[in-house]
Amino acid sequence: MNMNSVATLERVETITLTIDGVTVKTRAGRTVLEACREAGIYLPTLCYDPDLEPYGGCRLCIVEVEGMRGLPTACTLPAQDGMIVRTESPQLHAVRRDTLELILADHAGDCLSCRKNGHCRLQEVSSYLGIDCRPGLLREPKRPVDRSNPFFDFDPNKCILCGICVRACAELQGAHAIDFAWRGIETRVVPSGGGLWIDSNCEYCGECVSRCPTGALVPKNSQKASRYVKSVCPYCGVGCTIYLGVRGDRIVSVEGDRESPVNNGRLCVKGRFGIPEAVHSPNRLKKPLLKKDGRFVEVSWDEALDLIAQKFKEIKQRYGGEALGVIASARITNEANYLAQKLARAVLGTNKVDCCARICHAPSVHGLMRSFGSGAMTNSISEIEDAHTILLIGSNTTEAHPTIGSRIRRAVRRGAKLIVADPREIELAKIAHIHLPLRPGTDIALANAMAHHIVVSGLHNEKFIKERTEGFDEFWAVVQKYTPEYAEKITGVPAEKIKAAAELYARGQPGMIVYCLGVTEHRTGVVSVQSIANLALITGFVGQPSSGVNPLRGQNNVQGACDMGALPEFLPGYQRWDNPEHVKKFEDAWGVPLPKTPGHYPLIFCSRMWDDILKGNLRGLYIIGEDVALTEANIGKVRKALQSLEFLVVQELFMTPTAELAHVVLPAAGFAEIDGTFTDTERRVQRVRKAVPPPGECKPDWQIVCEISNRMGYPMNYRSAEEVFEELRRLIPIYGGITYKRIDEHNGLQWPCPTEDHPGTRFLHKDKFTRGLGKLVGIEQEPPEEVPDQEYPFLLTTGRVLQHYNCASMTGQVSGLVQLVPENFVEISQKDAERLGIAEGELVRVVSRRGAVRARVKIREIAEGVVFMPFHHKDEPTNLITNDALDPICGTAEVKACAVRIERV
Amino acid sequence: MVAARERAWGKLIPLLQRAQAERGYLSREALREIARELRIPESTVYGVATFYAQFRLTPSGRQRVLVCRGTACHVRGGARVLATVKKKLGLEEGQTSADLSYTLETVACIGACALAPCLILNGRVYGRLTPQKAAELFDTRRPS
Repeated sequence: MNMNSVATLERVETITLTIDGVTVKTRAGRTVLEACREAGIYLPTLCYDPDLEPYGGCRLCIVEVEGMRGLPTACTLPAQDGMIVRTESPQLHAVRRDTLELILADHAGDCLSCRKNGHCRLQEVSSYLGIDCRPGLLREPKRPVDRSNPFFDFDPNKCILCGICVRACAELQGAHAIDFAWRGIETRVVPSGGGLWIDSNCEYCGECVSRCPTGALVPKNSQKASRYVKSVCPYCGVGCTIYLGVRGDRIVSVEGDRESPVNNGRLCVKGRFGIPEAVHSPNRLKKPLLKKDGRFVEVSWDEALDLIAQKFKEIKQRYGGEALGVIASARITNEANYLAQKLARAVLGTNKVDCCARICHAPSVHGLMRSFGSGAMTNSISEIEDAHTILLIGSNTTEAHPTIGSRIRRAVRRGAKLIVADPREIELAKIAHIHLPLRPGTDIALANAMAHHIVVSGLHNEKFIKERTEGFDEFWAVVQKYTPEYAEKITGVPAEKIKAAAELYARGQPGMIVYCLGVTEHRTGVVSVQSIANLALITGFVGQPSSGVNPLRGQNNVQGACDMGALPEFLPGYQRWDNPEHVKKFEDAWGVPLPKTPGHYPLIFCSRMWDDILKGNLRGLYIIGEDVALTEANIGKVRKALQSLEFLVVQELFMTPTAELAHVVLPAAGFAEIDGTFTDTERRVQRVRKAVPPPGECKPDWQIVCEISNRMGYPMNYRSAEEVFEELRRLIPIYGGITYKRIDEHNGLQWPCPTEDHPGTRFLHKDKFTRGLGKLVGIEQEPPEEVPDQEYPFLLTTGRVLQHYNCASMTGQVSGLVQLVPENFVEISQKDAERLGIAEGELVRVVSRRGAVRARVKIREIAEGVVFMPFHHKDEPTNLITNDALDPICGTAEVKACAVRIERV
Repeated sequence: MVAARERAWGKLIPLLQRAQAERGYLSREALREIARELRIPESTVYGVATFYAQFRLTPSGRQRVLVCRGTACHVRGGARVLATVKKKLGLEEGQTSADLSYTLETVACIGACALAPCLILNGRVYGRLTPQKAAELFDTRRPS
């Protein structure tokens, strides 16, 4: 039965109808309105939006259909074979005019002063219908304009109640922040709570604003753009495709690209409203700065670069290349990352090169490499919407990866089952079918217990285990003791819930696991990832569409930074140090011997650089676009290390806490000022393009790297970013078939893409894992290094908020975002707050063994004994207190769990 | 899932009624709690609560005055009665006094046309009113 209906759907049936005497062909399932639009026939509408479900509210798209009574609305009428439709008649015209006159009577309006003038759909429809009455006849008492939120204004007097905003908020964003309220002539769109917009649960994604047909919802301070430049959002790792609206040399607007397979036009508040102010901030660095007598003075590029080259040469000569290190950046382009690691390995002669993947998804790179052979998202973002079951672990998706979060909400709206494992009642937990509020750092016990229940209930996929995996016996030897009851004691989640979750997942073909830093940022990060991969391996939920294991990468180009080899353990493209062919390839291409690193001394991940500096091994450091003094764990130590460096160069957009400690600060051009590529979390390589000139003397990162290299006697001469890309794709097989031209043609390409006739890869491990067989591993639960005790009775876990991005060097420039989340806070459960006698909004001090920070109390649904803090605020930086216990395999710090106490201030 | 959603929708109005019966009105907290309980968006719950005339979103006074504005009352001087009550209580229609002693409302017709003009005070009908009689009603009754 099911199979049959699928087959029918796949056979595209063409139907023929007659519209105004013209024969029109369309696909079965289309509406009459869609058939009209396809045939180029205009029908006036106000409430229709192609991305929303049919509504039939404005009654303007009415038509006459032979043999049908009344005047049905074309937007809700399914087109049928043989239908004879008339879109114009005296009756239709009269009814449409009456309807529109009623709408206009309630529409306040002086069109000339309205910001939607000229692109208002009400004007378009009025003009089409030849309306000659003035608007606003009925509108007596003017309703106040809601200007309470920092990004857009809502003028109810211009609202025509088409409901596009309400439906976009519900259907596309899934926030349900607005709805119709009241009745009759009093009906209006009201933000949740019934008061001002700012007091509602609006997420400020701006979807309503971008779709409002009239001037009711308009962005503040908006200007019309004179041209549009396609680019990629510079904030998180989703890689939403955007159009920058540019006027003169300034970005004046940002729109999502509705053709993009990544985001289908959706954006979050940071992407929609947080880019222009960050790019054009007056606080941007504009000239190279040199620290003289403890103060920065502006110097010429030549002076700064000559000094850098001279200092690096000195240190290399005196102590060897290993005394130098480079921290490349998950914020900058692939081209710049490739050159930065090339500079380190080929010029400075050091393998101490890393990027901020170390602090987030290095455990995914290693864990999934060990289980599957490839350390990236197995599936594509768009496949989330077709999953039957989504198991979400340690990811506050609607805040940290907002447009993926809205996709998960759309999947649930469509009927997908959602299981959320998270200590907090995050937004997605509120719509989840099962919420597992586990204690931080107990993911292994949870995954093991789910696996246990799946196997003992016979829900595992024996054929898949036999044909495509290895290690089941060793896996089972460990997992068999993890009964749900045993795991209940460790995780705090009732055994019954664990069983229910295991059954829901295992029965949910196709089942998709989505996880994030709640899993990885522990000293057991790598093995936690493997324990989660086990679930996919025993159920066979990997290697198919909408079925796999998906780490959501953090930064806009963290995937790319890893791909480019800005990691000490891998050469570019995850090519291996222990493979002589791989090493030789790079030695031949670069014309120099590579530093023989692994095996010669332990790998110095950036999380180990601080000790390395304090021991006197690492003396000169070049940091590009990373604010380690704020984002690493235990930053007290990081700052001490940075201060004791002989020479520190920081290349930045802003004077960050890290840059303040530098000897030389170099001003870099931002994403909107350069050409290059970013690789997003779904392995999609996309282009950013120069939209505006960089301020002052800022230069693209890749050019700065070249200039340093040239001054050190190793020529790097590239005429463009594209030329750099051409070099790197020849050395990195998974990028082999990707070119700038093909990226443009395909809306980005997903690696692996080995040859120029390869279409890119939507999902990995189709018939064979990258490593051959999938590896099942038995993994024991281990507690975090610090567990609560008498002195430090709470477990602190950290994370992001929607409105800020990591160190907030960019979002901190955006007044609206700062207004929404101005200061650090700590979430605590009601019971714990009562026990401590602290109230909502009170300022408290959160103290760990490493330090203390102040934060405002927020009482929220969170497991007892657990508190949560974001890490964005440099005045009260949470990472002063986080723990730098490291994962022994990949060096990721345990920032998701440390013991703290809370003191009243 | 669909069944669960339908069940939630079916419970919405009874829950709103119960909450209002307990507190006399629906506070934002009450609406939020109901939304959470039924897993229906808060904005939707607000939409339903404001759509029906039976729900109030502000606290009502301990004494509820309903002045009839039906045709019969109007003909027999209902407007003057209403004006008197307004003046006496210092309230406009739909308002509640700051100390929550009175809420003044009007209705289209209370169906006691033989007694016109009339009003209802705390559920009891007072008929054949004159402005003076109406005023006296509020002289003798102290807010409880």
